[in-house]
Amino acid sequence: MSIAMRRASVMPRTSCLPPLAGVGYKPQHFADILAGAEPLGFIEIHAENYMGAGGPPHAQLAALRARYALSVHGVGLSIGGAAPLDRDHLARLKSLCDRYRPESFSEHLAWSSHGAFYYNDLLPLPYNDETLARVVEHIDLVQCTLGREMLLENPSTYVAFADSAIPEIEFIAEVARRSGCGLLLDVNNVFVSARNHGTDPDRYIAAFPLDRVKEIHLGGHHEDTDESGAPLLIDAHGSPVADPVWSLYQRVIDRTGPIATLIEWDNDVPAWPVLAGEARAAAAILGRAAKGEAA
Amino acid sequence: MTSGAFAQWQADFATALIDAGQPVPAAVTSHSARAPRKRFAVYRNNVVVGLVEALRTQFPATERIVGTDFFAAMARVFVATEPPRSPILVTYGEGFPGFVANFAPAAELAYLADVARLEMARTRAYHAADAAPLDTRCWESIEPGRLLAARVVLHPSLQIVRSSHPVVTIWAMNSDVAEAASIEDCGSEDALVVRPQLDVELRRLPAGGAAFLGALASGAPLGDAAHVAAADDPEFDLAANLAALIGGGLATELHLAPPEEGLAS
Repeated sequence: MSIAMRRASVMPRTSCLPPLAGVGYKPQHFADILAGAEPLGFIEIHAENYMGAGGPPHAQLAALRARYALSVHGVGLSIGGAAPLDRDHLARLKSLCDRYRPESFSEHLAWSSHGAFYYNDLLPLPYNDETLARVVEHIDLVQCTLGREMLLENPSTYVAFADSAIPEIEFIAEVARRSGCGLLLDVNNVFVSARNHGTDPDRYIAAFPLDRVKEIHLGGHHEDTDESGAPLLIDAHGSPVADPVWSLYQRVIDRTGPIATLIEWDNDVPAWPVLAGEARAAAAILGRAAKGEAA
Repeated sequence: MTSGAFAQWQADFATALIDAGQPVPAAVTSHSARAPRKRFAVYRNNVVVGLVEALRTQFPATERIVGTDFFAAMARVFVATEPPRSPILVTYGEGFPGFVANFAPAAELAYLADVARLEMARTRAYHAADAAPLDTRCWESIEPGRLLAARVVLHPSLQIVRSSHPVVTIWAMNSDVAEAASIEDCGSEDALVVRPQLDVELRRLPAGGAAFLGALASGAPLGDAAHVAAADDPEFDLAANLAALIGGGLATELHLAPPEEGLAS
């Protein structure tokens, strides 16, 4: 039996978020979301915030899960690290997914742990044959353990590496081809990285394997410059989605048709109407695409 | 990159990440600068700011007592000393109260570490397993002799914080629960932290209450726990503490001894 067939036989659940707009869930919005004035396509949670035994986090998640499609988004698995994945953490992810049966599970092309420590940031890795093999091995283990397809998210990066031998898009496409994973396209990350490395975000989108994309992320960034005066954009998730990112998103949807789209706002979280307004803007673009209208 | 080089590469990156005195790792570059210090500093900053923010969320009263800047400086030292060992940040900071107790610049505030202990207990209670408190009707019509021989299982969220300072009063004044005022009685206070349903509750325990609950937690029958509590504090009032145990939803199970044992006691 080929590896691809064996994978197909153990991976029955593929990601199936509805092609609508959703939001990253914050507890301060619980009552507003439950009141249901804003039609939401889905909600997304950070897996690690729901790994306690009980209490309000699980009570709220159970109530929301009963009404909305759910995306579980991991931030702590360190898929892009050299060390083997943390089996205990993988078991916790499995138990969370078994309990809430989300429509999608996603993680990052990044590392966040090294040695005994957890760094609480999505750190970059060089792209070469060794790191490619390691990432594929890790995603294999995640998908086999969870019994489902995972989506891998493209990173936002601030630096480049002398050791990188493979362009990021080729690296991601090859990871997806070898592991069978789906992709999460963070359009803000595409924009941030392109500006930071002096490249063209539209060329990134044109070369990206869009046929594997099952979710899109949109979020705000902070603008700065480096010591040479070159743009240094920071993926801060603390402000509205920037206009050029909305335009880039529109051009992605023009190519792909509607895809589940999440608004991420993790720092300086605004009042619910502000976040809901961002989701409404994404929903309008998705709605026009669903009707086959051009922008 | 040769085989195994990835692990070494990552180790070099991690070392430079947590020590701002280190140069940017040689492999790190950018299109605009060869050793992009400011770009690398984004990662350094993300790590520290994110972890300090996690501690601010966990210890709001401690922060209010010392002020934002002092807390941030203290938290930065803690983050460098005890970085998290788990990706579950909602419970990061178990070592923080002990760190605060030994943090020399805060030595004047002798009560500060106890406030931090109280806040860590609240976090633990918030995330503790759910369990239904015993229905108050279960306690009815039990003869006093049998009741004193009974054992209880306390709620999984229940914690006791004993302090030689008025820790509950200080916490309340720094949590919008009570108005700030001068504290008349600077004596010790014991705190009870429990989450019978969804809200974390915090109250001052009556005399001997901490010893009583501590004995019950270690499996002593109610009567024995009452003796322990009376030895701890002669003002211990069994009736009032039983009422708090029952009415406060502090127990999830009640195990009566067999009738003959109950009669004999």
